[in-house]
Amino acid sequence: MSGALVLAWRQYRLERRMFWRNPSAAFFNFLLPLLFLGFFGAILHGKQHDLNRLVPGIAGMSVMSTTFTALAYNVVFLRERGVLKRIRGTPLPAGSYLGGVAANAVTNTALQITIIVLAGKLFFGLDWPRDWAELMVFVVAGVVCFAALGVAFAHAIPNFESTAAYVNAVFLPVIFISGVFYDVKNVPTFLRDIAEALPLKHLIDGLSAALVNGSSLSKQLSALAVVGLWGAAGIFFAVRGFSWEQSRD
Amino acid sequence: MIDSEAAIEVRGLRKSYGEFEALRGIDISVRRGEVLGLLGPNGAGKTTTVEILEGYRTRSAGEVWVLGYDPGSRSRALRERIGIVLQSGAIYGHVSPREALEHWASLYPRPRSVEEVLALAGLQDCADVRVRKLSGGQLRRLDFALALVGDPELIFLDEPTTGFDPEARRGAWQTVRNLRALGKTILLTTHYLDEAQELADRVAIIKNGSILAIGPPRDLGAGASNYRVAYRDRSGKMVEHRTEEPTTLLHELTGEALARGESLRELHVARPSLEDVYLELTADAGEPPPAEGRER
Repeated sequence: MSGALVLAWRQYRLERRMFWRNPSAAFFNFLLPLLFLGFFGAILHGKQHDLNRLVPGIAGMSVMSTTFTALAYNVVFLRERGVLKRIRGTPLPAGSYLGGVAANAVTNTALQITIIVLAGKLFFGLDWPRDWAELMVFVVAGVVCFAALGVAFAHAIPNFESTAAYVNAVFLPVIFISGVFYDVKNVPTFLRDIAEALPLKHLIDGLSAALVNGSSLSKQLSALAVVGLWGAAGIFFAVRGFSWEQSRD
Repeated sequence: MIDSEAAIEVRGLRKSYGEFEALRGIDISVRRGEVLGLLGPNGAGKTTTVEILEGYRTRSAGEVWVLGYDPGSRSRALRERIGIVLQSGAIYGHVSPREALEHWASLYPRPRSVEEVLALAGLQDCADVRVRKLSGGQLRRLDFALALVGDPELIFLDEPTTGFDPEARRGAWQTVRNLRALGKTILLTTHYLDEAQELADRVAIIKNGSILAIGPPRDLGAGASNYRVAYRDRSGKMVEHRTEEPTTLLHELTGEALARGESLRELHVARPSLEDVYLELTADAGEPPPAEGRER
């Protein structure tokens, strides 16, 4: 008999081991944001104003891809292929299992943010983050928010074959209108209004404050509130709609 | 009263999905160490029954006890003592069977050794291959292995050989026999008559959510149907009689044949088989009486 935490740790170890063995997951969830950082960073070389926008934007994209995208894919795959059902038939407590799975995603987020911060300092003319605590607050808020939304969104995806279409239909437009690659001020007004209502733009604002312009957390409370509200809605729907098996009809 | 010797005790189990009654009052008792075969056509209610016992589905009415627990409460202590082979269900593709079994073993208080389970399931040759590269038959053996590694007392096998080729089927049957020899209780669902006949101590025939008959395969055959007496007549045509009194009929037939100076070629007497009973009971004409008897 093992404690719930020990079992969560074992699940986490298994998830880590599997993650690196799956090249397409490793690419899309891990390498893609870093490639974009290198690519756009090279294009914007010398334009410090744009780089100051790009680095926090890529950090926000990383949070979203390591949590929202990765978990939506995983949950649909595991549900549709019957892995979740099989796990539910074992003594593994649900909390230990989901904890292990979530910790795997969070590890990827932490690794990416570290790489992005280092790259910002070494290659893209940024200083070290102005406010580490603020950075932590926004990364944690972003992880909770987008992880919950990813699990909630998985409930809307009917089968594994269509997962890529569903996930990208959300992920790609959101990263484009939320100002990952350019200043959101250049976006048409109606798209900017949509981005204002979504969490990624606010996460990027918060990360931008922490990484680049040093605007204090007390001035970013509205951004934090938007991320928090989406997170709360995400948790509600993630829990409410959760299914361990394929729907039968 | 709950029989403490019973591994599974089901009384008046009902399950409705909206208007549709999937189970209409099931009663089953499975003794410890027994192999019970739940036999029935597709859609009869086999999987619904088993998934209620496994704790996957809730019931609408009735009492269910599995190793003394109510499976609806999803107790971890119960899940430590049962093994489940689902009808279908994948496993992570990027681990090897050995790694998957090591992980699974760590979830149980008293697991079997991974090496032993690999051997029992016939997976030694592919123990270190990634799961995604395994064949269908090997995957099914891994299903068995994952269900066995916790050394469960009670094993649920939901259509364990559907889609198998004959050789793989024999292999799976041998695994079930080995488990039985280890004293495990097994609840097996199948729509193959020979599988039920071959493996089960008792067979319950289920259709439209009701148990139509339950008993050892031999007795089921003896109870419900007539003996068949068949032979080839002078013109070469097969003649078949059905009778409750094979002794009398044989005496008459052979007496007449001798008097005519003929022999009854290919004469044989057959006890009604499980197949006869099954076909008789599950024939589509009309609703089965027990189900109607229980309707309000």
